[in-house]
Amino acid sequence: MRYLHLILRNLLRKKVRTVFTLLSILVAFILFGYLAAIKMAFRMGVDLTGADRLVVIHKVSLIQPLPLSYQGRIEAIEGVRDVAHASWFGGVYQEPSNFFPQMAVEPERYLRLYPEFLLPEEQKKAWLQDRTGAVVGRQTASRFGWKVGDRIPIQGTIFRKQDGGTTWEFTIDGIYDGKEKGTDTTQFLFHYDYFDESRQFWRGAVGWYIVRVADPDAAARIAAKIDAAFANSSAETKTSTEKAFAQSFANQVGNIGAIIQAIVLAVFFTLMLVAGNTMAQAVRERTGELAVLKTLGFSDAKVMGLVLAESLILAGLGGGLGLALAWWMTSLGDPTRGFLPIFYMPGKDLLLGAALVVGLGFVAGALPALRAMRLTIVDALRRG
Amino acid sequence: MLRTIVQAGVVTVLNLRSIGQRLGASAASALGVAGVVAVFVAVLSIGEGFRATMVATGAPDAAVVFRGGTDTEMNSVLGLEQTRIIADAAGVRRGAEGPLASAELFVVVDVAKRSSGTVANVPLRGVQPAALAVHDRVRVVEGRKFETGRNEIIVGVGAAQQFRGLNLGARLRWGENEWTVVGIFESGGTIAESELWCDAGVLQPAYRRGASFQSVHVRLDSPDAFSRFKDALTSDPRLDVRVIRESEYWEEQSRMLRAVIRNLGGLVAMLMGIGAVFGALNTMYSAVAARTREIATLRALGFGGTAVVASVLVESLLLALVGGTLGGSIAFLLFNGYQTSTMNWQSFSQVAFAFRVTPALMVQGIGYSILMGLLGGMFPAIRAARLPIATALREL
Repeated sequence: MRYLHLILRNLLRKKVRTVFTLLSILVAFILFGYLAAIKMAFRMGVDLTGADRLVVIHKVSLIQPLPLSYQGRIEAIEGVRDVAHASWFGGVYQEPSNFFPQMAVEPERYLRLYPEFLLPEEQKKAWLQDRTGAVVGRQTASRFGWKVGDRIPIQGTIFRKQDGGTTWEFTIDGIYDGKEKGTDTTQFLFHYDYFDESRQFWRGAVGWYIVRVADPDAAARIAAKIDAAFANSSAETKTSTEKAFAQSFANQVGNIGAIIQAIVLAVFFTLMLVAGNTMAQAVRERTGELAVLKTLGFSDAKVMGLVLAESLILAGLGGGLGLALAWWMTSLGDPTRGFLPIFYMPGKDLLLGAALVVGLGFVAGALPALRAMRLTIVDALRRG
Repeated sequence: MLRTIVQAGVVTVLNLRSIGQRLGASAASALGVAGVVAVFVAVLSIGEGFRATMVATGAPDAAVVFRGGTDTEMNSVLGLEQTRIIADAAGVRRGAEGPLASAELFVVVDVAKRSSGTVANVPLRGVQPAALAVHDRVRVVEGRKFETGRNEIIVGVGAAQQFRGLNLGARLRWGENEWTVVGIFESGGTIAESELWCDAGVLQPAYRRGASFQSVHVRLDSPDAFSRFKDALTSDPRLDVRVIRESEYWEEQSRMLRAVIRNLGGLVAMLMGIGAVFGALNTMYSAVAARTREIATLRALGFGGTAVVASVLVESLLLALVGGTLGGSIAFLLFNGYQTSTMNWQSFSQVAFAFRVTPALMVQGIGYSILMGLLGGMFPAIRAARLPIATALREL
């Protein structure tokens, strides 16, 4: 602490350079935060899936429906604790670019399967009693400024009503929050009963089933049992863990996500390199002064400590602010306005970022300082 | 005026000659800009390639018809009777074997990606006999066309390249049906090259679609016949359909993915640009600081402030320009023509395409580098011009 003043004076010697170095470190770590969030987004929530949940889809393709009658039969399979179904609605609110997922579900069952959707008890009650009611996740609700009680018209692009109408109107009965940071709060859920009675075709069919198993370790065995139960029927099934299901979507996107990540990563390191170089430059310029300090009786370790403290302060200030800003900016939602429902910076990346900040400060200060240490005082003085 | 220009020229040459002595910092700054431009161009080339594939698909005199209120083929349903009315409508071009109209079915099937071995949704399109006349760029380059009424498939070259096991003669099984690959086709880089094609009549029972279709693709008498065709269909009380030009349809289908790439790429490039400007500012400030006495001497000799400002700006711009050109070239070498495929969420199926670094993108990237050079040079330049001559001369 005794030398804090000296360190600060050194930092402020070239204010402009210090400020710009600080700012470029800051920008680098904002970018790092976005990199982490983009990575999460392209993983499609694989890390957030429930280990005890399975997804049952039509064997040929997810777009083929399954009979509603499968629900009871799946429930009867040993090891299955709970079953719910969901059907993709694929409607449009105002215009196609306002995309968010809409699903027809059996409310109680669905909410039982997804305990991470937190819906206030009285809103849940209201929804259960309102046939044309819907609940919507926080992210979608705030995106369109919806409140409980609002009437929301949605154009059915796949499904029409029996009277030929394409507009389906729903009342928002509730808004759910996510239990965890990455929980998908973009979904729009409404009553399957109402949907099935009103649509023109595919009545009595559902999109897919979600199954909770009693023992996650037995998931593979139970999945095989479910598929065996419907083998050789007109609608064979393909059952996988929720994780594998999410993974298959992430795989579909392919290497585009990986390429974007690689690019951003390269940029991050370039920015770190440039900032580190400037910091190192600032130390190199002072080789002569370091020699003077040593002449005055400062030990090698002490001089080293002074230099390191300086670069650590600079890196810590820039990097810390950058990480904080990144944390805040990514929490505002994804830059594509709703196309990447899971977009946030995970806590472990914050830790990794902090470690990188320290590493940057250490390397940028230590390398030139070490070199200065190795010089004899006389040589160093002559140079400076 | 002329004097100022001559002065600026002299000082600039002086500056540029001394870059050699400050090579490290100058190179770092140019490299910073190169990195930004490379990334900017690379990311946008993804969107550009995707768009090129989608847009190349639409012929000016082609139109698509599907059910009203629907935004993709996948979600549409049209009855057999409706498809016949559409084929016979005014404005549809007629060939030797009747109207150039193909009623089509569009489903997705699971095929493994070659790159990762993981399963992806590959589009399988059932078409009618007129299809090859309607989509006239489609040419079978290997094998032969599928035969009507048989479980035979032809595969687009893009799909054959990106997905596993789609070779000539391969047998594929989806659900209860087995299919044989009998041909590979090209279509001049359009989206059809990502698809598998078969006879619609065979696909209907395989997917339990009865006699229904999802879309009708037609060729018109001329590009101008579109409104006549559209009016005829929308005023027909037996139909409730959406009529759209093929080019507009594919442009619409690529909108979502392009928006994602543009927004992500734009954000990343902007952040990086800011970072690079700070780097350039640092370089130019130290360049100015190192030459404080030099500049003061020039001013004392009678060189004007404008000349000094111009010289610093030119140096910064040149560095940025070198960086920008380098970055654009790197992006071009690394990414132009890179083949890949991704999920188009709008059609819920895979699209194979190649990254495209277009001249327009290169120009944009270099323009961006000039902007960075300008910002990075301006403040140091102003500072250089404002230095009080007497104090600056005394500085060491």
